[in-house]
Amino acid sequence: MKVAATLQVNGIAYPVEVDPHTTLLRAVREDVGLTGSKEGCDDSECGACMMLLDGEPVNACSYLALQAEGREITTVEGLARPGELSPLQRAFLDHGGVQCGFCTPGMLISAAALLERTPAPSEDEVRIALSGNLCRCTGYDGIVKAVLAVAEA
Amino acid sequence: MAGGTDLVVGARQGKAPLPEHLVAIDRLDELRSVHEVDETVRIGALVTHAEIAAHPLVRDRFTALADAAAIIGSHATRAQGTIGGNLMNASPAMEAGGPLLCFDASVVLRSVSGSRSLGVADLLAGPGQTTAAPDELLEAVEVHVPGESTGSCYLRLEYRRQMEIAVVGATAVLTLDGGRVVDARVAITALAPTIRRVPEAERALLDTDAGPAAAQEAAQLAADGAEPISDVRASARYRKAMAVVITRRAIAIAAARGRGEDVPVPANMATTA
Repeated sequence: MKVAATLQVNGIAYPVEVDPHTTLLRAVREDVGLTGSKEGCDDSECGACMMLLDGEPVNACSYLALQAEGREITTVEGLARPGELSPLQRAFLDHGGVQCGFCTPGMLISAAALLERTPAPSEDEVRIALSGNLCRCTGYDGIVKAVLAVAEA
Repeated sequence: MAGGTDLVVGARQGKAPLPEHLVAIDRLDELRSVHEVDETVRIGALVTHAEIAAHPLVRDRFTALADAAAIIGSHATRAQGTIGGNLMNASPAMEAGGPLLCFDASVVLRSVSGSRSLGVADLLAGPGQTTAAPDELLEAVEVHVPGESTGSCYLRLEYRRQMEIAVVGATAVLTLDGGRVVDARVAITALAPTIRRVPEAERALLDTDAGPAAAQEAAQLAADGAEPISDVRASARYRKAMAVVITRRAIAIAAARGRGEDVPVPANMATTA
């Protein structure tokens, strides 16, 4: 049985019809059509699916889409302004924080959530905040440098 | 369904498929607050781990609970996962269980026919098992506020700093009077089918200074009370050996906090004894 709902993603309301067991990740990727968020482990371990729900991080692979109705969902697509990368995204490029790129959307979301709460984090705080995000290329150093560069800017 | 951090993951692993019909309770605002009435703190079932870890009263008086809440999963787990869901999932490795047992917390279970209060020790029945009836909803956790001379700590052995499950864990809650222990609570985590207090270890700490010798003796007794399993994370023998170390450190930090020393939360970040 499908249920009609409206998902508010990056400031835009998307009407969807989903099964109650559908995860937020699947609904955003397949029904809304925003494929920036990735399915990695599908088990809340890797963080590739990370989104913000009313500003708080959520592993979207392990959250039901219908529970997100009426909440503000932010995906990696919502970080950039039209035609222009966010300072955080720019810093990932400048510091080599991207290798294969699969973990990047989740890394960016986690980093954005951290900087919102803690505008000037220490390196340790950055590493802790990103520890729910796995980079199988093991490119953590560039990622941490990128976040710190934005924090100090 | 509250934060879904256990239920949705369990369903997607095929471990415990979700039923056809789901009831989401995550928007019941009545279950979301922390408030203090007559020296008792009532923590709503939907209060998240992140909210507990940041709550000033919890950090000050229930420091072991703040230690535990601050190291559950990752920041996403802590932002969505709730104390009620954590308890009802009844994992023997649950971080919050040891502190709640040691603070003598109780839960309020509500059904259409009324509500009842039950000690956390009587709620947890085994791995993934509680004594709650299928029609009961965990509404709140209630804990009496300990005095200022009570120090507490939850510590776990971990292989990484986040996204980790306790290999072994220990909680210590010590009340001091003139530098002597007048009340002691010690619980072990991931060392038995349920999280449990160890009365022998608690008695050994009474009327001591909770110094290195007393902590070592109590920690050894706590480890003697363990019945660990061997699994992918550790062998039973290693768990038993580490139970001594982690319990000793938890006792040392609880004692330091009881003396008024400032040990940062979570305690696993502190330089330990």
